[in-house]
Amino acid sequence: MQFMLLFSRQGKLRLQKWYVPLSDKERKKISRDLVQTILARKPKMCSFLEWRDLKIVYKRYASLYFCCAVEDQDNELITLEIIHRYVELLDKYFGSVCELDIIFNFEKAYFILDEFLLGGEAQETSKKNVLKAIEQADLLQEVHSVLLQFSAL
Amino acid sequence: MPAVSKGDGMRGLAVFISDIRNCKSKEAEIKRINKELANIRSKFKGDKALDGYSKKKYVCKLLFIFLLGHDIDFGHMEAVNLLSSNKYTEKQIGYLFISVLVNSNSDLIRLINNAIKNDLASRNPTFMNLALHCIANVGSREMAEAFASEIPRILVAGDTMDSVKQSAALCLLRLNRTSPDLVPMGEWTARVVHLLNDQHLGVVTAATSLITTLAQKNPDDFKTSVSLAVARLSRIVTSASIDLQDYTYYFVAAPWLSVKLLRLLQCYPPPEDAALRSRLTECLETILNKAQEPPKSKKVQHSNAKNAVLFEAIALIIHHDSEPTLLVRACNQLGQFLQHRETNLRYLALESMCTLASSEFSHEAVKTHMETVINALKTERDVSVRQRAVDLLYAMCDRSNAKQIVAEMLSYLETADYSIREEIVLKVAILAEKYAVDYTWYVDTILNLIRIAGDYVSEEVWYRVIQIVINRDDVQGYAAKTVFEALQAPACHENLVKVGGYILGEFGNLIAGDSRSSPLVQFNLLHSKFHLCSVPTRALLLSAYIKFINLFPEVKATIQDVLRSDSQLRNADVELQQRAVEYLRLSCIASTDILATVLEEMPPFPERESSILAKLKKKKGPGKLPDMDDSRRSVNGNTEHSENTDTTNKSSTHSFTDVLNLNSAPSSGANLLIDVFSESSASPAATEVSEENFPRFVCKNNGVIYENQLLQIGLKSEYRQNLGRMYVFYGNKTSTQFLSFSSSVSSSDALKSQLNIHPKAVDPVIEGGAQMQQILNIECVSDFSDAPVLNIQFRCVRVRVCARSPLCVCVCVCVRACVRARVCVRACARAHLCVCVCVCVCVCVCARVRAHVCVRACARVRALTSVCVCVCVCACVCARVCVCARVCVRACVCVCVCVCVCVCARSPLTVCVCVCVCVCVCSHVQVWWGPAEHRCEAPRDAQQVLPAHRDDVAGLLPALEAARSVSTAFTDQYADRWSIIALIENISASDFER
Repeated sequence: MQFMLLFSRQGKLRLQKWYVPLSDKERKKISRDLVQTILARKPKMCSFLEWRDLKIVYKRYASLYFCCAVEDQDNELITLEIIHRYVELLDKYFGSVCELDIIFNFEKAYFILDEFLLGGEAQETSKKNVLKAIEQADLLQEVHSVLLQFSAL
Repeated sequence: MPAVSKGDGMRGLAVFISDIRNCKSKEAEIKRINKELANIRSKFKGDKALDGYSKKKYVCKLLFIFLLGHDIDFGHMEAVNLLSSNKYTEKQIGYLFISVLVNSNSDLIRLINNAIKNDLASRNPTFMNLALHCIANVGSREMAEAFASEIPRILVAGDTMDSVKQSAALCLLRLNRTSPDLVPMGEWTARVVHLLNDQHLGVVTAATSLITTLAQKNPDDFKTSVSLAVARLSRIVTSASIDLQDYTYYFVAAPWLSVKLLRLLQCYPPPEDAALRSRLTECLETILNKAQEPPKSKKVQHSNAKNAVLFEAIALIIHHDSEPTLLVRACNQLGQFLQHRETNLRYLALESMCTLASSEFSHEAVKTHMETVINALKTERDVSVRQRAVDLLYAMCDRSNAKQIVAEMLSYLETADYSIREEIVLKVAILAEKYAVDYTWYVDTILNLIRIAGDYVSEEVWYRVIQIVINRDDVQGYAAKTVFEALQAPACHENLVKVGGYILGEFGNLIAGDSRSSPLVQFNLLHSKFHLCSVPTRALLLSAYIKFINLFPEVKATIQDVLRSDSQLRNADVELQQRAVEYLRLSCIASTDILATVLEEMPPFPERESSILAKLKKKKGPGKLPDMDDSRRSVNGNTEHSENTDTTNKSSTHSFTDVLNLNSAPSSGANLLIDVFSESSASPAATEVSEENFPRFVCKNNGVIYENQLLQIGLKSEYRQNLGRMYVFYGNKTSTQFLSFSSSVSSSDALKSQLNIHPKAVDPVIEGGAQMQQILNIECVSDFSDAPVLNIQFRCVRVRVCARSPLCVCVCVCVRACVRARVCVRACARAHLCVCVCVCVCVCVCARVRAHVCVRACARVRALTSVCVCVCVCACVCARVCVCARVCVRACVCVCVCVCVCVCARSPLTVCVCVCVCVCVCSHVQVWWGPAEHRCEAPRDAQQVLPAHRDDVAGLLPALEAARSVSTAFTDQYADRWSIIALIENISASDFER
């Protein structure tokens, strides 16, 4: 996978993850072009399209579009399910996720993505394992805040 | 789980985000952001040390601002500080900031690497994972340098936690993608392969990706992975779906891992071991069987995951291309998908079948689905699906179904989306040519193409149709008849006019017998389109008219009248005007024999790869186009093959050798051009210097006319009626001044009355490397044939003082605490071009007095700038042997500082660094006087057509013949060759006016 973008129906980018080195300028151009292309497509159209020399796989969940760019050799359907699994992860973590969760807790969205995908490849496909890792991290932080309270006392 | 623990509650951040969301306008948002940036900047700069929490909060805000699309130019240092925090969340935010906003800021990268190193060494798996994620996300070269050897160790160490192994595997994959040269192969590779056997499926998933990437580059090193992958795959596909627990996804067992394993297997040919091979075949069959089973769930996720594995299995079957039964089964399966209600599946089936069509085993099976695909072309609502259908039709096309497929594509073209029209046009053109049994069909198809989608027919397409018609005698008459009929349409596309003009100009005589297409009718038909066309087409039509004069003497008068009309002879466009004038002249003065020779039918084109195919390949990108030639030779290769040999024979009979290749054509053309000139030139001797650049100005108004070591003369000129202005640029190529520079224009007595030239005065000095401009105002009083001569004089003095004595004193201090003085006398011989070999004898006096003699050879290269870098290796024969390499930079005035490291073979090994300053005095003064005089000639402007009294015809004929022979050299240049001939004729004609 070369990159993943999340954007709203209004074309606002909510999350971007790049697995190939590109300059800021290129990134902005790519996201602008791609968001336009995808928003122009009708709902019943197929989820895959050729774009430049990449394959784009996208899916819309409520007001958010999830869009992945994969190489020519990559499997489109499994990429579609990568998107779905990520949505499931977000949903489970935030408890019926909505766009606002991702806006206000964008850092969490990134952390979950990092546990699930790394370097553009699926790292851990088990939902339990990913969430366990995130939970542990959250626990660590709570321990810290508890310790802080103690030291304050 | 509690929705987001609020423990870290960065309230400030949440408030800021809501503020941004509440902004009514873009301006308000920018204002709010700028306010926040100023606030953060002042906090970071403030005297009070920030606590970790505030730092984290501000860094997080910066990150948010960056993700909104604004530039962030500070805060990196604070983020790096967070990396070394003990608190997990602070560290985490620090890493996130670095991963998102990294730039190779050299002083920070070291700090970041240090923090990462600490975390990798911490043995705390959560911290290690954070560090590995950061490396994988950034993946920069600096990080690869720092960690590429460390990560394999973590990956294969026995005590590494599973989650860390997963991160390490993918981290290594990323580094291998960005800087493969830095990832060392080694004994760890064998152990990585065995991760395929790991109990933890997450580890296997990550490791499979890594192995696939590595195996693509070094397949031999990872051969053992094949058997392991097959075993693993077999266990997965035969497992009950419940066995794999959380790795089962909507009743499909480990779909991601299965897909990855199948990808890995695609790096290798089918396994040679029979048992392994049958096991793999069994797996693939099981996957194909499962596709037929009723779905275990109605959820789309279930079918997607199942079909993802299926498509990957089919990709492997196609890759192996060895099991006919599997290939045919795959094809049938895809055939079912072609009519599936899911658009996604139809799309993928079409795409996948495209590759299947290129296999000899399944090509026929694919062809059975032609009707469905054609139907898809007509009914699909999504353009990207229709595009796939077009691709598949193109791939499945062969001699047996070409007519039908081309017809379907043509009819689709009428309604096709604008975005894909050009590609379809190219495809139709290629198929029509490739599978044409009789060329009448080909001609019909291309004319239809132009009629339906004329705007999308690129030049290559109509060039090609003309090439083919010219090369095939049997189709010429038909082509002439067809274009004639097509041109009858009241509105026809300009491309059709071009093809029509060309073909009727060449072969109009073949249909002239019929009274309905008599010469006059043909001419009137073409001329009725003339005024609606663009300039290039009109130019082509003018050429067709002159060809008509040759073909049909009876319409000569009519055509001459047209050429003579004001709208032609005084056309505003110089090209059209020129053609009209030249052609009219040619038709008046040349006898029928000469006309017949000059305007003879075009010789056949040399055969080569269709330019359309090249264009399609370029459009699609290399490798994307199924290469039909190679893969389907056994299906229909024979017939095509014989056709090829046939055409090469044909072209060789016309003696088209390599000389006429595209590459060499311009040069041979240029030579011939010069021949034309020298033959006709009145005073060839006077123009020796500039003759070779002279022809350039026939077609251009600017360029370089003269150049040597010292000087470059460029020209730029513009003309209006009989007035011209020429800018002459003198470029000094040396680094020294040109002194007493002067230029003058001299003309012969006869010329003086015909041409007035007023050069503006020039500055007598041109600085080194500078350029000076001189303006010449030119007025043409009457026709002229001689060329004026531009004389240039200047002086160029180059003095070089090389202060370098044969005696140099150098003092060197060496690390071995012994101070030694060394006097060395050296003699050196050096050639002018500065590769010098110097032999030096040096006597060195040191605390222990000892003399040694050393011989050294050094090669040095000196750039023009006279800073020289010399590397010298010297071996000195003395009590010890030492080799020293030195690099020294020396400026022209010769103070040289050199650092030399010498390793001496006397044990204990000592390295001594000595800095020696040597001042040398010497002189040889070189004075170099520039050549006294350069002569070069101001160009005759051949392009301008002066109102002419062209009566002098003597000598025209041989020149025209020469021009004709030149023109054959240009025949390689596609179709519109007449323009070149016209140009050459024009040159010769205007030259002959002398």
